[in-house]
Amino acid sequence: MDISNYIYLSAILFTIGAIGVVVRRNAIVVFMCIELMLNAANLAFVTFSRIHGNLTGQVMSFFTMVVAACEVVVGLAIIVTIYRSRRSASVDDASLLKR
Amino acid sequence: MLTAPKLDYALLAPILVILGAALIGVLVEAFIKQAWRARMQLVIALGAIVVSFNLLVRVRNQGSSIAAVTSVSIDGAGMFLQGAVLIFAFLGILVIADQDNFVPQASALPGSAEEAAAIQAGKQQTEVFPLTLFAVAGMMLFPVATDFITLFVALEVLSLPLYLMAGLSRRRRLLSQEAALKYFLLGAYSSAFFLFGAALLYGYSGTISLNGLTDAIRGSGGNDVFLLLGITFLSVGLLFKVGAVPFHSWTPDVYQGAPTPITGFMAAATKAAAFGATLRIFYLGLDAAQTSWKPFIAVISVITMIVGSIAAISQRDMKRMLAYSSIAHAGFILTAIVSLNENALSAALFYLFAYGVATIGAFAIVTMVRDSAGEVSDVNRWVGLGKKSPLVASVFSLFLLSFAGIPLTSGFVGKFSIFSAAYESGNITLVVVGVLSSAIAVFFYLRVILMLFFADATNDSISVVIPSVLTRISISICAIFTILLGIAPSLLFDIAQDFAYFLR
Repeated sequence: MDISNYIYLSAILFTIGAIGVVVRRNAIVVFMCIELMLNAANLAFVTFSRIHGNLTGQVMSFFTMVVAACEVVVGLAIIVTIYRSRRSASVDDASLLKR
Repeated sequence: MLTAPKLDYALLAPILVILGAALIGVLVEAFIKQAWRARMQLVIALGAIVVSFNLLVRVRNQGSSIAAVTSVSIDGAGMFLQGAVLIFAFLGILVIADQDNFVPQASALPGSAEEAAAIQAGKQQTEVFPLTLFAVAGMMLFPVATDFITLFVALEVLSLPLYLMAGLSRRRRLLSQEAALKYFLLGAYSSAFFLFGAALLYGYSGTISLNGLTDAIRGSGGNDVFLLLGITFLSVGLLFKVGAVPFHSWTPDVYQGAPTPITGFMAAATKAAAFGATLRIFYLGLDAAQTSWKPFIAVISVITMIVGSIAAISQRDMKRMLAYSSIAHAGFILTAIVSLNENALSAALFYLFAYGVATIGAFAIVTMVRDSAGEVSDVNRWVGLGKKSPLVASVFSLFLLSFAGIPLTSGFVGKFSIFSAAYESGNITLVVVGVLSSAIAVFFYLRVILMLFFADATNDSISVVIPSVLTRISISICAIFTILLGIAPSLLFDIAQDFAYFLR
């Protein structure tokens, strides 16, 4: 199979994530879409690493995984506190700052 | 056989000291009893910043600059911004030390019995100090990072603590939590764009270092779909962090919802760090492809200046107004990226410093104006403050005049030098738009000043609390810097010019 197909796949995943963030209303789902975008970038890194024949891209994808894990910790902490005080994780309900 | 990369610990020491102090802060939070905690945290944080600054001065005299193979290079502009971030952190922590602004127990439900009990018992969590130090470490690494791994990690290290700190306000808890959620979701969204941009640029060049990227662009002519898409995605991530239109929508919400001392620190230091990295990426990594990104950044710069200045006029909330003013300032500094010459770089460095100290001072004053329910940020209720406490109102006006760029304040020198550099490089349109939007901005800053001094107070419910000694010191230092750099700009300007270089 042609290796450039992986690039297309990663672009499609990234687009799905990017659109999902805009159209979905649940903070958890929005967050999952962001994770999908990060993983799309990882797929691109690994594929390019294969194309260029060096390991840099693979190393980068490990760093991305670690950072994504940290982001999950912080993100879920914030979403859970919001949910506990509002009983809802919808980003539309969080609108006190809009006038 | 693999050889271990050579690390120059002397050059990395300023960052490592801050990280170490942050870790000690976490331990203090866990093991020291409450009565001692706040004081110890403050001493550790300020001590680490002073030590780190001393080490930075020593680094300056050392000469060499490659700290970690192709990942970190401590060069002029990088060092200047590291120093600026440390000064902002010092001034910011002095204001943050006024614990009255922070929630006693962040995990307690707003308005619950648990929260009331925590307040009753006089509980006070002080995790804000180590969080600030972690953010500072990220901010010091971001402008000196020269490959995409380090850039991405530094970006996250500086952002993640800020997301949490935005949610720690003592009063108006729901607003504060909402700010944290918005900041987090949009921040993570933009980091994903940054990362995908980095992936595409890696695909284009086969390397993640900025130097390698330049060589690849020089070698192949710089017209490749991966390169162009990569630049676009990368810029989206960076422009979000600096708060440029159309990626600015988080700024007013987060600035308003976050605890005010945090807002001041975040506005000053994040801007310095993010612009540091942006300048390095465009000056060092992408300058060979300038024909493809210059028009794009120029347009962003123009709309950022205009939207920031015009939207600020209609704001009723002081913190939102300052947020829009920070957006307009981001537009002014973006012109330095389009100019792409050494004068523009030194002007941007000066501007970032001048804007930062005035911002920390202005937000510190916002923390002082209160009524019985806490801070009053409604502009209309500030009417007549000049008669009640002339000193506070005059210092606040000084900061506003500096934002407006009135002569004899640091803001004027910053604006003048950044526009003259843009003129030199032939971007007349940018200069014209910049001057016009500055004129619009002067209008709303002056309106606030007139309200402070020349209108009669409509109600007496607000008062200026006597700030803690530390807050007073912080505001005084900010005011002194603002005047001093306006009267004798060469003090800092010469330094900025010496430091205005990026090393390949």
